[in-house]
Amino acid sequence: MRRLSFACFAAAIVVVQVATGLTGTGYLLTQLTMAAWYSLVVVGLCLLMGYAGQISLGHAAFFAIGGYTTAVLSSVNLLPAKSALPVRALSAVGLTIGGTDPWGSAVLRLSPWISLAAAMIASAVVAYGIGLPVLRLRGHYLAMATLGFGIIVYRIALGTPLFGAADGLSDVPSFPLFPGLCLDGTRLHRVSSYYFSWFVVLAVIVLIVNLIGSRAGRALRAIHGNEAAAQAMGIDTSRYKLHLFALSAVIAAMAGVFMTHYTGGIGPGETSVMKSIRYVAIVAVGGMANLWGALIAGTVLNFLSLRGLFGTYDDAVFGAVLIAMMLFAPDGIVRKKRI
Amino acid sequence: MPLSLILQYLFSGITAGAIYAVIAIGFNIVYNTTGIINFAQGEFVMLGGMIAISLGGFMPLPVAVAGAVAITALVGGLLEFVFIRRMKNPTVIQMIIVTIGLSILIREAALHVWDEKVHSLPYFTGNEISSLRIFGACLSPQVLWVLGTCAAVVAGLSLFFTHTAAGRAMRACSADRIGAMLCGINARTMVTLSFMISAAIGALAGCVISPITSTTYDCGTSLAVKGFTVAIIGGLGNSAGAVVAGLLLGIVEAFCISFMPMSYRDVVVIAILLAALSLKPSGLFGSSASHALKEF
Amino acid sequence: MSLLEVNNLSKSFGGLHAVREVSFCVEAGTIHGIIGPNGAGKTTLFNCIAGSIRPVSGGTIRLNGNAIQDRPPHEVAACGIARTFQTIKLFSRMTVLENVMVGCHTNSRGSFLSGMLSLPFARAAERKVREAAMEKLAVAGIADLAKADAQQLSFGQQRAVELARALALRPQLLLLDEPASGLTMHETDRIGELIVAIRDSGITVLIVEHDMSLIMTICDRLLALSSGQVIAGGTPREVQADPEVIRVYLGDE
Repeated sequence: MRRLSFACFAAAIVVVQVATGLTGTGYLLTQLTMAAWYSLVVVGLCLLMGYAGQISLGHAAFFAIGGYTTAVLSSVNLLPAKSALPVRALSAVGLTIGGTDPWGSAVLRLSPWISLAAAMIASAVVAYGIGLPVLRLRGHYLAMATLGFGIIVYRIALGTPLFGAADGLSDVPSFPLFPGLCLDGTRLHRVSSYYFSWFVVLAVIVLIVNLIGSRAGRALRAIHGNEAAAQAMGIDTSRYKLHLFALSAVIAAMAGVFMTHYTGGIGPGETSVMKSIRYVAIVAVGGMANLWGALIAGTVLNFLSLRGLFGTYDDAVFGAVLIAMMLFAPDGIVRKKRI
Repeated sequence: MPLSLILQYLFSGITAGAIYAVIAIGFNIVYNTTGIINFAQGEFVMLGGMIAISLGGFMPLPVAVAGAVAITALVGGLLEFVFIRRMKNPTVIQMIIVTIGLSILIREAALHVWDEKVHSLPYFTGNEISSLRIFGACLSPQVLWVLGTCAAVVAGLSLFFTHTAAGRAMRACSADRIGAMLCGINARTMVTLSFMISAAIGALAGCVISPITSTTYDCGTSLAVKGFTVAIIGGLGNSAGAVVAGLLLGIVEAFCISFMPMSYRDVVVIAILLAALSLKPSGLFGSSASHALKEF
Repeated sequence: MSLLEVNNLSKSFGGLHAVREVSFCVEAGTIHGIIGPNGAGKTTLFNCIAGSIRPVSGGTIRLNGNAIQDRPPHEVAACGIARTFQTIKLFSRMTVLENVMVGCHTNSRGSFLSGMLSLPFARAAERKVREAAMEKLAVAGIADLAKADAQQLSFGQQRAVELARALALRPQLLLLDEPASGLTMHETDRIGELIVAIRDSGITVLIVEHDMSLIMTICDRLLALSSGQVIAGGTPREVQADPEVIRVYLGDE
C-alpha cells in the first residue's frame, strides 16, 4: 500500500511535467517548484502538529534561518583569503566554487553544500534551544511562545543590516547539486530543478512514513494519544517532542536553503507571522495527521497563491480557510487514511 | 541620565504599559468565562481606533469614541455568536486556530475598508505640541487621558463584577460553568457578553492611545502579543496582576528603547514573554500548583 | 529485601496531607492490596510510587533497594514498574495491538534515525515487538481484538487492553488502580483470575480496589489506609477482623 502511494506520487510528478511540456505551459513549472519547497515545510509541520500534537505558529522562522544562513554563507568571497590553509583544504575537496560577481570580478565562494549543512545545523541548534523551555508548555502557552519566537526572528531579519534588513538578500548564487544538475531559476534548469524539488519532497515523505511506522513513530503517536500513559510506558515525552520539533525545523530549513538558491534571494517576508500561519492553515486543511492531505493542500494552495489567484485577498483567503476548516471539517478535507 | 529624561521614559513606559494592561484584562475576561484565549483581542484595539477616526470626520470626538466602542463591542459579540458558538467541543488547537483566523479576517477587512496608511485620532485635549511639565519632563496631556481611562476601566470592571447581577453571573460562569447553569444563568449569553466587554475595553484603549501611537490596519498583532505577555506575567485570569505586570512591562520596554535600535523594540517584550513562559508560566502572582491543574 | 519498600512516605498539597508517614513492604511474588474509604490517599500513594506525583514531601520508596521516589514516570517504568489508571488511558487513534506495542517500548530499540532509514535491525525489532504484543493480548484473552480501534471497545475490553499493555512492559511490579471498577460481576471474576495468573507467572502485583470480594479472594496481603495513614496491615483475614478497619468502614464488607 505504501509502495503504491509512493509510485503514484512519482508518476504524478512526471505526468505533470510532461503535460506542461506538451501544452507549452512550461512556465508553470517555476511556481510548481516553489510550491514544492513550501510543501516541504508543510509536511514537516504536519508531522509535528498531527503526530505529536504540538502547534508551532512560528515555523516560517526555521525556513528563514535556512534561507538566510545559506544566503550569507554562499555570498562570502574567499578570494582574498585564497592562500589560507582552510580555503585550500576546501578547494582540494571541491567545496569551493569559482565564479564572477555581477560586476565581472572573480570570486571564490563556499560550495552551497556547506551552507546547506550549516543551515540544517543552525536550525537544529535553534530548535533544541527554543524547544527545551517551550515544549514543556501546552495549548495556548505553546502557541504564543512559538508565535513570539517567529516574531523575534522576523524582527531580527528585518532590522539587521547583515541580513539585508527590509530588502533581504539577493544575488544568491545557484546551487550546483551534481554534475549536470544545477538549482537556480534559469529557464535552462527549469525542468531539472522541478524534478529535483519534487523528488526531495518524495524522499522526505518516505523518511517520514518510515518514521511513523517505526518504534519512535509509535512513541510519538502515543504521546499525542495520551501523554500521561505514554510516560507510564517508559517514553521520555520531553525528549521525543524535542527531537520531533528539531526534525521538523531541519526539514523547514532545508526547504529554505533550496528555495533561496532557486529564487536567488530571500527577504524578511518569508518569516512573517502570516507565512507561519499559512503553513498551519494548510496543515489544517489537509487534516492534521494526514501527510498526503497536507501535501496536496500545500501544493494546491501555494501554487494558486503564487500564481496570484487570490490577489490582494491572499492573506484573507488563508484566514477564511482556517476558520472554515475548524468550523466545518476539523479533521481536514481529505478523508483520513491510515498511513 | 538626567532626571527629566528618566521621567520621560518612565511616563512613556507607564502610558504604553497601561494600554497593555487593558488589553491583558480583555484577554482575562474572555479567558475567565470561557477558557479561550482570544487571539483577535488586538484587532479590537485597532478597530476602535480606526472606527473612531472615521466617525470623527462627521461627529464630535466624544460621540465618535462612544460610537467606535459600541460598534466594536457589537463586532465582538457577533464574532462569538457566528463563529465561536458553532464549535462543538473544540480542542485547544482548534480554538487557537479559529481565533487566529478571525484576527486575520478582521485585519484584512480593515485593510480593504480603510487602507494601509497611518491614521490617528485627534488629541482629546490640546494638540501634538501641547505639553505639561512635570519635574522637567514634557508630557502630552493625552498621557493623562490614557492613564485616566485605564484606571476608569479597571475600576468600572471591578464594580461591574462585584455589584451587578450580570457581573456576578459572569464570575459564576468562570468558576463553575455547570453550576452556574444550574442556577439559571445562561452560560452562552455570558460568553457573548464577555466577548462584547473585552471588545469594548479594547476599542476604548485603541481610541485613547491613537493620538500618541497612531493606528494602522496591522497594529493589532503586536499589541495582542504584548497584551498576552502582560496577562501571562500577571497570572492568566488575574486582572489586578495584569495591571501591575502591564506597568512593569511598559517601563522595561521604554528603558530598553533608550539604548537599543528601535527595530528591536518588539524583541524585548517577546524575549520577556519567552522567559516568563519558560520560568514561571503561572505568572508573578499565580501559584504553580493551581496552574498545573489548569485544563490545558 | 522486599521488592518494594515504602518508608515514612508523606505527600501534602498545601494544607492537605494526602499521605502521612505511610510505611509498608511488598514481597516479590505476592498480590498486595490497598484498601480504604474515598479520600484515604490510595491513589496519591500510587501516583507517588509511579512517579506521576513528585516531589514527595518526605520519606523514601525503594525498588530492590534503589530509591525511586521523585523519579519521573518514564524512569520508574524503565526500572520495571508498570501501572494501569483509574480512568482508562488508552492511546486514541491507535489500534488495540498498537496500544500494547507501546508497552514494549522499554524492551526494544530503535531511534528516530534508524526508524526513518528503516534499518534492518529496526525492522527486525519491530517484528519481535509485534509478536510480544500479540502474546500479551492472548494472555488477556482479547487476541481477536488486535486490529480494533481501541476507543470503540466496551469498558471491560478496554480494561483488558490496558492490562495487556502494562504486561508488555515485562514489569517486576504491576500497579493496578481499581481494575474492577465499572466491571460486571462476571468480568470482575475474570479479571481476578487474570491477576492471579499474572502473579503466578512471577510478577508482583500491588492493587488498589474497592471491590471487597475481589480483594479478599486474590490478595496475599492487605494494607488499610484512612485519612492518609496506615490503620492496619497483614493478611486479608487479619485486616478484615481489625477493629479500627471495621470502625472506619462502619461494618462495610
